[in-house]
Amino acid sequence: MQDSKADVTRVVIDTKGLQCLLEALAQAGYRVVGPTVRDEAIVYDDIAGIESLPVGWTDRQEAGRYALERRGDDACFGYVVGPHSWKKFLFPPVETLWTARRDEAGAMAVSRPEPSQGPFAFIGMRACEIEAIAIQDRVFEQGPYTDTAYAARRSDAFIVALNCGQAGGTCFCVSMDTGPKAKHGFDLALTEMIDGPSHRFLVEVGSEAGARIMVQVPHEQASAGQVEMAEAIVERTAGQMGRSLDTQGLKELLQDNPEHPRWDDVAMRCLTCANCTMVCPTCFCSTVEDHSDLTNTEAQRVRKWDSCFTMDYSYIHGGSVRASTASRYRQWMTHKLANWIDQFGTSGCVGCGRCITWCPVGIDLTEEAAAIRAAPGEKGSG
Amino acid sequence: MQPQALEDPFVPDIYRVEKVRRELADAVTLELEPQSGTRPDFRPGQFNMLYAFGVGEVAISMSASARLGAGFVHTVRNAGAVSGALARLEPGATLGVRGPFGTGWPVPEAEGRDVLIVAGGLGLAPLRPAIQDVLAHRERYGRVTILVGCRSPHDILYQHDLEEWRQRLDVTVEVTVDHAGTDWHGDVGFVTTLIPRSPFDPDNAVAMVCGPEVMMRFAASALLKAGVPASAIHLSMERNMKCAIGLCGHCQFGPKFVCKDGPVFPLDRISGLLAVQEI
Repeated sequence: MQDSKADVTRVVIDTKGLQCLLEALAQAGYRVVGPTVRDEAIVYDDIAGIESLPVGWTDRQEAGRYALERRGDDACFGYVVGPHSWKKFLFPPVETLWTARRDEAGAMAVSRPEPSQGPFAFIGMRACEIEAIAIQDRVFEQGPYTDTAYAARRSDAFIVALNCGQAGGTCFCVSMDTGPKAKHGFDLALTEMIDGPSHRFLVEVGSEAGARIMVQVPHEQASAGQVEMAEAIVERTAGQMGRSLDTQGLKELLQDNPEHPRWDDVAMRCLTCANCTMVCPTCFCSTVEDHSDLTNTEAQRVRKWDSCFTMDYSYIHGGSVRASTASRYRQWMTHKLANWIDQFGTSGCVGCGRCITWCPVGIDLTEEAAAIRAAPGEKGSG
Repeated sequence: MQPQALEDPFVPDIYRVEKVRRELADAVTLELEPQSGTRPDFRPGQFNMLYAFGVGEVAISMSASARLGAGFVHTVRNAGAVSGALARLEPGATLGVRGPFGTGWPVPEAEGRDVLIVAGGLGLAPLRPAIQDVLAHRERYGRVTILVGCRSPHDILYQHDLEEWRQRLDVTVEVTVDHAGTDWHGDVGFVTTLIPRSPFDPDNAVAMVCGPEVMMRFAASALLKAGVPASAIHLSMERNMKCAIGLCGHCQFGPKFVCKDGPVFPLDRISGLLAVQEI
């Protein structure tokens, strides 16, 4: 192995430099999307410049709780993660797969829409989110069939990562080995450094595209002290994790306990609302809806995000395979933390904590896993 | 808009209904021909996604061997909006086809061994191509036994085929029904009851089983009890399917995707899952 520090360029920019970077990306033809405050949450959407960023805001998160608060400084990225993930851009919640036309003789022709909406520049992507995209890449690009529209959006994307300066109350990326520092998969990676009046970003260049953009951004070489400061920030974040998950033997533990009484216990609390699957950055399930116009000459197939928590999800003639709440929660958690490893060679969880924060009743999968681990092999009443 | 790319797994190819044959009160067999080009090759046990214009898509197994025609043959039961629309198609109508998908029955692997076919209800449809391929090279196999269970004598699928196979001296065909009137002179009872009295060498047999999940569970345990190893018992599983290409998640059966890891599984790879309710 080479010393990775030796072949990574590190420079420092200030907030004007950050604005310059956003402008350079827009000029290069990217649709620049990043964090912004809307509806009392930090969401991902188109941003016009640094004034769109959640400057001076932070988020406080706990199981079933999320609130924005003012910070004492002007940090641009001084929050953790919100209800959105970048999957809404790469794997849109609603996407027309194709349209079909039928003429009077009944002959039918199908056509696919041109891929649109890109290329994206993603600003402020956390390490756990980079790992989440790598996991979706395995699903959509590395199986026997490829989702070509996803692959096109993915390969065109420019990623500006952000090494976390603080951890949230539901974060556990350290347990999942997915953060808080972005190690790969980015074009540029920022660490935000605020020291009194000094507000700077250490920038690591991770690709040639990243290096090309940085030519247009005023910067200076990073000093050894600045590199050390950035590392200390990430290290401090790693020590702040609000949650932890013991992954040792977790796959076997869950696969061997499909009849554990804890599934009935969690079913007493779970509302099967599907929030956890909607906010999860790796959940990839989708359904399709077929429509036609009133004359039945034009039809389209639309793909939409789906959730294993719905009754419809497992419906086959005669009824749903997973009618009980217990079986649906078991499906989600066992898939996420165990079956995913058999299917795609990696856990489906990156430890971002969204499913815990956005669960309306505060169900915490790290707690559910720990409860099964505390009494493995138990069988429920059925 | 781009013209459709045939290699695109999301987009159906267009087929024309050549023939419709009514099989049962609620089931028809459609013979489909490609509107342009040729249909892809397929193995017994594989399935297609059939699209009824503007209504939707549903997974249906091929029900006739690839060796018997240049198109696809599918038996469809009217069980919902999409299958109902498909079952109402008339000759000349067009529909969309994506496929073939999934694993097939172990027809070549069964050469030199006894073959035991166990079908429940419409489960005979995905097994018929396997039977046709075995009988096309009858000399390559040991004893061939076909066991069929149906709800009533009115629900016996492919009666004509069953009669033809039964006339052969080198095939055993047994049909049983759950309930029947006095005009039925055959067996009454579950198809699993036929297994112990069937002629096969458990150490050198391959079983192919298709039917409702509960029937397959009982058939699997009857076959195990008869001494057939789990690795020689093959089941065709059914789950909700939307994409058929491993991307939509619906057909998960524990860690398996029925669309790409199945639908045909050897029992030793799914026996733990088969025992769990609602998995």
